[in-house]
Amino acid sequence: MASLKEMRDQIKSVESTQKITRAMQMVAAAKLRRATDAAQNARPYAERIATVIANLAAGVSGDGAPKLLVGTGRQDRHLVVVASSDRGLAGGFNSSIIRAARERINALLAEGKDVKIITVGKKARDQFRRVFGDRFVATFEAGVPGLASAQPVADKITELFETGQVDVVTLAFSRYKSVVVQTPTLTQLIPAQIAGAAATIDLKGAAYEYEPDEETILETLLPRNLTVQLLSAMLENQAGFYAAQMAAMDNATRNAGDMIAALNLKKNRTRQAQITKELIEIISGAEAL
Amino acid sequence: MAGKLHFSLVSPERELFSGEVDQVDAPGSEGDFGVLAGHAPFMTTLKSGRVKVYDNGRTLGFDVQGGFADVTPDGLTILAEQAVEVAL
Repeated sequence: MASLKEMRDQIKSVESTQKITRAMQMVAAAKLRRATDAAQNARPYAERIATVIANLAAGVSGDGAPKLLVGTGRQDRHLVVVASSDRGLAGGFNSSIIRAARERINALLAEGKDVKIITVGKKARDQFRRVFGDRFVATFEAGVPGLASAQPVADKITELFETGQVDVVTLAFSRYKSVVVQTPTLTQLIPAQIAGAAATIDLKGAAYEYEPDEETILETLLPRNLTVQLLSAMLENQAGFYAAQMAAMDNATRNAGDMIAALNLKKNRTRQAQITKELIEIISGAEAL
Repeated sequence: MAGKLHFSLVSPERELFSGEVDQVDAPGSEGDFGVLAGHAPFMTTLKSGRVKVYDNGRTLGFDVQGGFADVTPDGLTILAEQAVEVAL
């Protein structure tokens, strides 16, 4: 049995761990508010741009349609963009994104497709390096989500697409539903997915006028849309990450509390047993005289 | 003059303005234009410049860099790549 001193040390160590997890929980809670605000503020733009594209797409078809919208007409070469967080200690947050992405990649490989990978965030990079390291075309850090960090990723994707190295681009990230629910999600970036419901703006009989023409507008709009989708994925990830971290740290704090209680009980029992043993020794020693 | 125009100005990071106004002037890539309530559906790309919002004799200014303006019967939406409010 562990000595009293060992037990005291152990309790002290659990107590300091608990202090750390509690501090991390509070920090995550504070950052969560900021992150959810940022994610919410970015939503109007993403929604509007989707509506506008849906509107335009309805009118553009055939050979003139931009490739970003209709694709290359092939489905052979896939690019999977995996967005995770840079840091861990957030429960199953990153592993659920990674699992979803890995399932998709394996399914594509099983169909004999060519798969390339871009990772955004250190966790996705570290996890995939072992298995799919040879498929990496670029790795990015998640950093502070913002246009400045989303743009280089979008540029790289556009470059790969325009040089004809990929046909289909899929993005894996975690959609922030609420503090307790974050769903790993796969969305197709290229060819652009058009929300069906958004396509019905009632023009009340009037015809749209375009300046310059529809295709020129679409050609500038689609790359923007790509960036914006990446940005909103990164913002949702950030919010989800802090929510998951808050929950994970809350659990850890509670577990540490349970552990301290159990250890204290054990320590007190041991101490009591020791005292009893000493008393018996004294008494039996006295009787022997 | 019929009614008010619903105008919203959004940048990728946040919504800068949303509400009912009298008139909005914006820098279209093919020429500046003004929008009043009941404007015909119209869409254009924007160049860098200043968006002016007129409402009840008040004027607001926003400097925008690139983006799109979309006029529908529901109102005017400007999707700016970058936008900051400026004092006029």
